[in-house]
Parts: sequence; C-alpha cells; structure tokens
Amino acid sequence: MSDVFAAASGEKSARLELRGICKSYPAVVANDGIDLRVMPGEIHAVLGENGAGKSTLMKIIYGVVKPDAGEILWHGAPIDVASPAHARELGIGMVFQHFSLFETLSVAENVALVLPGKPGLDEVAERIGTVSERYGLAVDPRALVHSLSIGERQRVEIIRCLLQDLQMLIMDEPTSVLTPQAAARLFETLRQVASEGCSILYISHKLDEIKALCHRATVLRAGKVSGTCDPQRETTSGMARLMIGRDLPKCNHPEAAGDGEARLIVDGLSLASENPFGTDLSEIRLVVRSGEILGIAGISGNGQQELLAALSGERATQDAGVISLCGRAAGRLGAAARRRLGLCFIPEERQGRAAIPSMSLIDNALLTAHGQRMVAAGMLRADVMRDFARRCIDDFDVKCAGPDAEAKSLSGGNLQKFIVGREVMQQPKVLVVSQPTWGVDVGSAVSIRQSLIDLRNAGTAVLVISEDLEELFEVCDRIAVIANGRLSQAKRATETDVEEIGVWMSGLWPARVAGPANAHADESVHAT
Amino acid sequence: MQLRLEPRALQSRAMRYASPVIAAALTLVMGFILFAALGKNPLAAFHAFFIAPINSINGVAELFLKASPLVLIAIGLAVGFRSNIWNIGAEGQLTVGAIAAGWVALNPAFADSPLLLAGMIVAGAVGGMAWAAVPAFLRTRFNANEILVSLMLTYVAQLLVNYLVFGPWRDPQGFNTPQSPLFADAALFPILIENTRLNASVLLTLVAVAVGWVFLNKSFLGYKTRVVGLSSAAARYAGFSEKRTVWIGMLAGGAAAGLAGVGEVAGPLGQLFPTISPGYGFTAIIVAFVGRLDPVGIVFAGLLMSLLYLGGDSAQISMGLPAAAASLFQGALLFFLLGADVLVNYRVRVIRAGPVARRSFSA
Repeated sequence: MSDVFAAASGEKSARLELRGICKSYPAVVANDGIDLRVMPGEIHAVLGENGAGKSTLMKIIYGVVKPDAGEILWHGAPIDVASPAHARELGIGMVFQHFSLFETLSVAENVALVLPGKPGLDEVAERIGTVSERYGLAVDPRALVHSLSIGERQRVEIIRCLLQDLQMLIMDEPTSVLTPQAAARLFETLRQVASEGCSILYISHKLDEIKALCHRATVLRAGKVSGTCDPQRETTSGMARLMIGRDLPKCNHPEAAGDGEARLIVDGLSLASENPFGTDLSEIRLVVRSGEILGIAGISGNGQQELLAALSGERATQDAGVISLCGRAAGRLGAAARRRLGLCFIPEERQGRAAIPSMSLIDNALLTAHGQRMVAAGMLRADVMRDFARRCIDDFDVKCAGPDAEAKSLSGGNLQKFIVGREVMQQPKVLVVSQPTWGVDVGSAVSIRQSLIDLRNAGTAVLVISEDLEELFEVCDRIAVIANGRLSQAKRATETDVEEIGVWMSGLWPARVAGPANAHADESVHAT
Repeated sequence: MQLRLEPRALQSRAMRYASPVIAAALTLVMGFILFAALGKNPLAAFHAFFIAPINSINGVAELFLKASPLVLIAIGLAVGFRSNIWNIGAEGQLTVGAIAAGWVALNPAFADSPLLLAGMIVAGAVGGMAWAAVPAFLRTRFNANEILVSLMLTYVAQLLVNYLVFGPWRDPQGFNTPQSPLFADAALFPILIENTRLNASVLLTLVAVAVGWVFLNKSFLGYKTRVVGLSSAAARYAGFSEKRTVWIGMLAGGAAAGLAGVGEVAGPLGQLFPTISPGYGFTAIIVAFVGRLDPVGIVFAGLLMSLLYLGGDSAQISMGLPAAAASLFQGALLFFLLGADVLVNYRVRVIRAGPVARRSFSA
C-alpha cells in the first residue's frame, strides 16, 4: 500500500525513515533497534501496549529525547533532530496526550507563541479562522483556553500544527480524551489532512480505531518491532497477537445476582472544586447496591476527581447526610473513619497516593490494610504484614522480587494488581475504583477486571469510574455518565450501547426517571 | 562532555554500609595532604585528632558526655525530620528545658523532696515541649513555617535565660557574675565514673535511643509519621492526620532537647549560665542526618561528632594547628560522608557526543 502513496505523490523515498533506533533508561530498554518507514500522505499507526516504547519513539522523532544509537532519515537524508523547535522547522508537528497550552492565555495567544516571527494577534486569529473552516475544526480564537473543553483544546493543538508548513503530524493517543462521536469527527479531519500529502503518525493501542483510520501499522512489543501489517486486511485479533504476543483474554461476567441492599448512597451532593480550573459538583445522586457494579463514564476533568475525593473522605462534605455508607451518614467522616465502615478506595494515581514508591510492599500493605490484625497495642506485627503481602503477591499474580521489593521497582500493571489485591483482600462492603486498568498491560487488565467482578459476586457494592468505555461495558451492571460536574441516571449496561453513552458524555441526556434515590431530580440537563 | 547524576535502579546494600568507611578513608587522605601542606606531621596530627582525646578514661568519659546531648536531641529531631517537620529550634527548646529544670532546682519548696531530680527531668521535658508547641500550633492553625518560628524562638529563649541570670535568679554570692546559685547535690545527676564528669544523664540518652528505635521502626504511629513525610497524598488517601504528625514531630524534638538541657544544668554546669549549650541544638541537626535519621546511626554519628570536637581542641593545643584547619578537617569528613551517600543512591553518567549527535544539521 505504501507504494501507492509513493507513486501518487511522485516521491520515491519515504518522508521519514528510522533505522535501528535504540534508547535505554537506567532500568529499562525503551527502544531496541526500531525501524519505521512513513510515506507521504500515509496515516501510519504505531501500535503497542503501554510501556512498549511508543512514546519514547515519538519523542525521539520530535527531538525531545536523543537516541543512543540509530539513524533518522528525513526525505532520505540523515538528520539529527536537535529540539522540538528544530522538528517544527522541519515541518513535524506533535499533539501530545497531555496538552501543552497555557490555560490563562487565549487561543490566538497560545498559537502565536509557536509561530515564527512575531505575527499580530489579529493576523493569527484570521489564520486560525481560515484553517478551522477548511478542516472543520470549530474554535473561537479569542476564547481563553481554560474555558475550552478537552476536545476544543485538542483542536487548538492540531490547528497550531496546521498553521505551519506541516509535513508530518504525530498524534499521541488522541482519542483517550474524546467521546466516540468526537473521535469520529477527528478521524474526518485527519483523513483530510493526510489527503493533502501530510503524513500522520498515529499512536494508539485501540485496535478498532486503527482499523478504521490507518493505512499501515507498525506494532511494537517490549521496545522492539514485532511486526507490520495492513490494518484494513489484518483482523483485530491478529493485531492483538502481534501486540501482546498471544490471544486477547476475556472476562467471565455472569448476570448480577439481583437487588441487594443499598450500600453507598449519594443524595444531592454539590461541592465547589478546590482547584481553580477544577469542576464543581452539582446535585450528584447515585446508589450502589450490594452485588452490583455501577460504572461512571465520562471524559476526564468533568468532576471525577472531585467526586472521588468526596466519596473517599479525603474531602469532607458540609452536610453529613449527603453521603451514606452502609446505612450511616458519612459525609463528614474522614478517610480513616470511612474505611472502618467498610469502604475501600483505589485511586488512579498509584505511585505517591495508593502506594509509597520508596517503601516495601510489606509497608505498602500496611498503608490501608492495617485493620487486618497488623497492629496490636500500637505495635506492628511484622509476621502478619509479611504474610498478607505474600498472599497478595501470590493470589493476584504480582510480578516482583518479593514482599521486600520497593513499590517503585514494580511496573505500573504489577503495582496496580498489588493495590487491587490489597483492597480486595480486605473484603470491603463498598469498593470505589478509579481508572482500574489505566496504563496497565492487557493481560493484567483482564485479571484486575475479573477480580472486581469476583468481588461483586461475593456481595460487595462496586463503583467504577473510568474513561474507557470498553472496560465499563465489560464489567458494569449499570452505567451512568458524568459531564460538567453533573451525573446522569444510570442505565443497565445491557440496555444501552457505546453510541448512547457517547452522546451522554457530551452532557446531553434525557430527563431523569423518578426512582428511590433520585426522586426530586426531574430536570433535564444541558451541559456544554 | 557532560556529567549527570542518575538515580540508581538498585542500590547496593554492601555499598550502603561501606560508604562511611570509604568516606573516612577519603578524609584521611585529604587530611594527610592538608596537614603535610601546613608543614605538620600528618601522623602526629591524626594521633592528636583521633587517639589523644580518648586514650584515657577521662577522655572516653568526655567523649560520651559530649555525645550524649547530641544523640538525645538528634533522635527527637529525627522523629520530626522523617515526617518533613523541620524543627530547627532545638537549641531554644534545650534552653527553656534548662530554665524549667533550674526553676525546680532553685525553688526552696522542692529542696527536700526525694523526687527533686525526677521533678527536674519532667520539668525540663515539659519546658522543651512547651517551646516546641508554639511553632506546632502556629503551623497547624495558621500554616506558619515551623523552620522560621522555631529558629526565632531560639533567640527568645536566649534572651529569657539572660534576663533570669542577670536579674531575678542571679546568685547573691556571685560577685555580680551573671549566673544562678549552684544547684544542691540532690539536684545533680550522680557521677557514673569517679573522677570524671560522666553522669547518669547518659542513661536518659540510652533510654531515648531505645524508645526512638521502637517508635520509628516498630510502632504504627511511627509508620504513620513516616508516610506523612514521604507523601502527603498517600497520607490523605490512607486517612493519616497531618496535623497530628506535626504535633508529634515537634513535641518529640522539644522533649528531647529539653531533657538535654536538664542534662547540662544538672550535670557538668550545675547552675544556670547565659550560655547553657555550645550549640548542641544545631549540631544535633547534622548528627541526625549523618546518622540517616536512624537511632542506631545517630549514636555513631553523635560519637563521631563528639570525637571531632575533642580532636579539634586537642590538635589546636598540642600541634598548634589553626582553628580553621581543624574545622576544615571536620567539614571534609561530613562532605565525604554525604557525598558517598549521594553516590550510593545516584550514579554519575558521562554524556559524550554520540555518533548521532555529531552529525549536526544545517538548515
């Protein structure tokens, strides 16, 4: 297929070619002899699990990181990309997963910062208008960035690249922050950009997207190229095998047992965010029953952090009755008191919040599981702690040097398995989990999801907050959506689908159905 | 070419224990060069520094006498430092502890009590804690920086003791010298080894070492304070109170410093003076860190620091070494100790222009 592109553009050589790129960090070889060829006008996927080396490779191309060995050829000539500024001079643009925009500046000001020369703001605004019309990227040049949605911010980043003489656009996991509908619109834009001759490097681990968008795929596994393929012809399971080295495992998810007692009830929680750019919560209502998993979908930054802090007790609410836990008003209780009532919580930040990097796994077990007879008369019981940590490592298949290994020596996936294990082993009455498998390899993700389902089967009320819709549909019995600090009603997972939840994620959902915990919330929600 | 420090993925356990030995060897090498350059016999200088101070029973007793308050205070401070509570005012807490003990010792109402010394110990600890409670309160209530508050209170404590020994507590038989009356024998720690100044206050230090070790390594409360120090997000997640940790950290340092103050006035001094401590409260900060905030390490660090001080004096007297040279030698040892520590945790990487980087791009 790449020959077609070469012929169409009249160029014989690849636009970008990498030969034998190597890069190692103290503990890990991120890239080990990687070859890559990208033709003009080609949308080329770089596919791999988290930790496979995709991000390092892109940083090398964009001049952020220097390779230890290997060659970069640009239009057939060897070059050394000295810095991102140099990369932009060459015509390489990159949209990072985490945006690099100044929140307190306007769109035009942010764009003007990277343009060569010193163009006036009016001129920049006009050029933004032209580009956004041509590619269907609606954005107001005068708006301040902090007032923009995530999708709009991404558009600003793309426009910023397109305003230069762009020959190659690198997109790093662009859809992780988008609703399915917004992702579809992004694909339209990318196809149009590519059809004008610009090459696109598309980084992702989502197989469906790559099948829908890309002309060619290079698959990375553990820092090496494990294969290249034509995603239009290759099956998703074939690509999955290249990516993880075996077949994609599946969760075993039996039907929910039925109506258990309501363990976690949130009734009209409104809370102003502590962060000036955070999201205020407004009239959140939800019920999680024993023996079910409630999922909350939503694009990050829509109030998830604030909701989690209020649920975990890291932030107390004014009115105690707003949150009740196993029949007790818990709104004003701190995190330790809520744990004593039977709540366990797994936040999305592992290092430094759910675990302490420089402490051993034994000491990290103590962090939340001290109620498991680990403390007697104020003194630590080393044998009980060690035994707990060892069981957690064995039962949850945590790959590590042993219970004395420091948390920072574990990979993200293994540490997450340890943390999930630590909370699950306490047999909580209520478990609140945020992004349970974020940044976790596929095999570990399945085992983490399975342990959530097993816990539900044992009668725990589980609340999962995730950006990953596939994950939510895999584990949840009911799904609700959070948008702009408001929560939709929950729908049975079997009665809804990705498209409907996707629409809800942009803040549009129908009026609530009257129910026990949301009887007085009959307004329809129109969030932007 | 560029030098860069990179964190080591794995720290060598053997090197962790060997690093003080390596540091000591390097100090000797540097000292050899230093003393030779000054025209002194290096071996004689080493002898004056390390052997002469402790080749008599009296010398050993002085070594322990000086090390005792350093170790005691350092252990108290380590509790706070492990949870990132920076009590820099131990010197002032020591002074107030000494004042409180002095008040008990000089009060005629307690003169005949069999519990006089015990009362002084309690008063000293309470006094030190009270002085440390001020920065703790201001930190937890108004988020005032405890470094500044505790440090500034040191000067307040100094002025307070000045006021007392120049004013109301001045010895009527003291020919106007600014000092309190001598304490009665019952208000002094008993001497442990005859004809030396080593007294029973070192037993307080030994108890503190044991209690500190159990608290820091074996108790749940000690674990909680460590978690708060390592990551406040993790502490909030686990529900460990940051305020309580501030109080524990400050009060532990204050109590230890107050006890050290009692050890001074009820030990070698025997009365209150304007200068109660030759800077023990500040030196103990160094001792705490050289001892890696671990009670056992602190014991060794305290003995080393004590030896360096005695050795510095001895070298000045017997060799005619300038005071600056003695300080330089002491500083070098600390430098090498901390430097070796850095290299246990980090490695130096030399970054040379590689084959890729050499091919520069011309636009």
